[in-house]
Amino acid sequence: MTKYLSFAAAGLLTVAIVGTSMAQEAKNPAVKARQSLMSLYAFNIGQLGAMAKGEAEYNAEAAAAAASNLATLTQVDQSAMWPAGTDNAADPSSRALPAIWQNFPDVSAKGQALAEAAVAMQAAAGQDLDALKAAMGPLGGACSACHKAYRAPKE
Amino acid sequence: MRKWGVTAAACAAVIVGAGLFVTRPRLADPAVLSGLVPDIAQGEQVFHAAGCAACHSAPGAEGEARLVLSGGRRFSTPFGTFVAPNISSDPAHGIGDWTPVDLAGALWHGSSPDRQHYYPAFPYASYVRMAPQDVVSLHAFLMSLPADATPSATHEVGFPFNLRLALGGWKLLFLRSGWIVDGDLSGQQQRGRYLVEALGHCGECHTPRNALGGLILSKWLQGAPNPGGKGRIPGLAPDQLDWSEADIAEYLKSGFTPDYDSAGGEMAEVVLNTAKLSDADRLAIASYLKAIPQSRD
Ligand code: HEC
Ligand code: HEC
Ligand code: HEC
Repeated sequence: MTKYLSFAAAGLLTVAIVGTSMAQEAKNPAVKARQSLMSLYAFNIGQLGAMAKGEAEYNAEAAAAAASNLATLTQVDQSAMWPAGTDNAADPSSRALPAIWQNFPDVSAKGQALAEAAVAMQAAAGQDLDALKAAMGPLGGACSACHKAYRAPKE
Repeated sequence: MRKWGVTAAACAAVIVGAGLFVTRPRLADPAVLSGLVPDIAQGEQVFHAAGCAACHSAPGAEGEARLVLSGGRRFSTPFGTFVAPNISSDPAHGIGDWTPVDLAGALWHGSSPDRQHYYPAFPYASYVRMAPQDVVSLHAFLMSLPADATPSATHEVGFPFNLRLALGGWKLLFLRSGWIVDGDLSGQQQRGRYLVEALGHCGECHTPRNALGGLILSKWLQGAPNPGGKGRIPGLAPDQLDWSEADIAEYLKSGFTPDYDSAGGEMAEVVLNTAKLSDADRLAIASYLKAIPQSRD
């Protein structure tokens, strides 16, 4: 919230020329690993989301499997995936904000909140479509709470 | 010679005076609101659609605490740091003693009841389009929220930006009440236009600005540099955002993109609000976004 306001205030303003480097493939294995883990979250939620949106027919077994994968993924120990010096200022292939390294306790609290939302989804997904749909919002909220504070937008 | 100097000074005084007169803070016309009966439930929807809590709740507030509008979030800008004021129902420290007409003056004209200009960091350049009925209902909803006695902090803004008088000129240039996207819109798209252009202030982030901080309306919602640093605020024009309407509505509800990535940055805060709207309103926003001009034209 704080940032766009810099442009919303009155007065003279120098428009910064922002570099337009395109997203790059990660070279650092730790950056690659954490981005891959995020992609695995997204893939499994995709199975659930397709059912929630009505693009795929609801299947209790498949939903339970995807939710259980997700819950497992949130248990992965990530401590080696976030070495110092891999923020988006140091590594152009990363969107991880430097604030992560100043607020580790908060980052892990947000990781914990995701693990809890994934457990709730695990309980809901195999139950029925309505329960699955209802669990999507809190799950998305848990992902976004961390992306809000710690991830820059794409180039 | 001396006489000329005096005349010139007098002329200058008249011109500045006329300028200040033209740009003086306006209050709302009470007649426009008279007879309107507030509907608190509707006021709550307006509150969420307009994202008041995103700026006026306490820093880091979550859940129910976002309804305590004690202020205190800091917005650092090149001009200094603005601090969102307390707009809780506390009569001394918040706006508990404000009438609906006072609120309308702030939302439509960016003016305080004692005729001071507000900084456009308060997005009244969008709220200027808010319907009178919605202002009255929003007022009633705000008054139903908890009072909080945290004093508003003063902005830390240096000269010359601390001169509120100069904001009259900014308003003259950029405060417009008409619709931005005109033309043939369905009823659903018109609802979406109201939600985006008047309440959601989506353009404040998604539209680029000129050197004076005004929105470049010919590039409406076509994306902008991220003033906070790296990355770009994405464009939402139909040729830039190829998501289906259902996909856009889902994003505004759960934050999930069609690839099941999830919203981040300042958009995550916006989704907290759009998640509280009805499915019909989220679809209305999506259908409006399909009707805005292409980025390449
Ligand atoms: C604890 C913080 C945190 C949580 C929780 C989190 N993310 Fe992320 N996510 C990040 C950060 C930081 C990045 C940027 C990583 C980088 O580029 O180095 C990221 C990047 C991503 C990306 C882009 C990956 C790429 O290839 O560049 C996707 C997709 C993603 N997250 C999906 C999710 C989903 C879905 C969830 C919820 C199930 C989630 N994330 C939860 C912090 C988080
Ligand atoms: C406070 C600034 C801000 C406001 C206000 C705002 N947005 Fe955004 N929006 C962003 C940012 C930043 C992103 C990029 C999110 C990310 O990094 O994950 C974004 C992303 C999006 C996207 C996803 C686009 C894509 O290509 O990924 C959509 C759709 C969107 N916004 C719609 C809206 C709508 C509709 C509104 C008004 C109701 C709105 N936004 C208001 C900042 C804002
Ligand atoms: C993007 C952040 C932002 C949003 C969203 C926002 N405000 Fe504000 N608001 C501000 C700032 C900053 C100020 C201080 C302006 C000034 O002092 O010139 C302010 C000032 C005000 C004031 C004047 C308070 C006083 O003590 O004089 C009122 C009333 C107000 N806002 C109400 C609202 C309402 C109602 C909404 C939702 C419809 C809202 N605001 C949305 C940032 C915001």
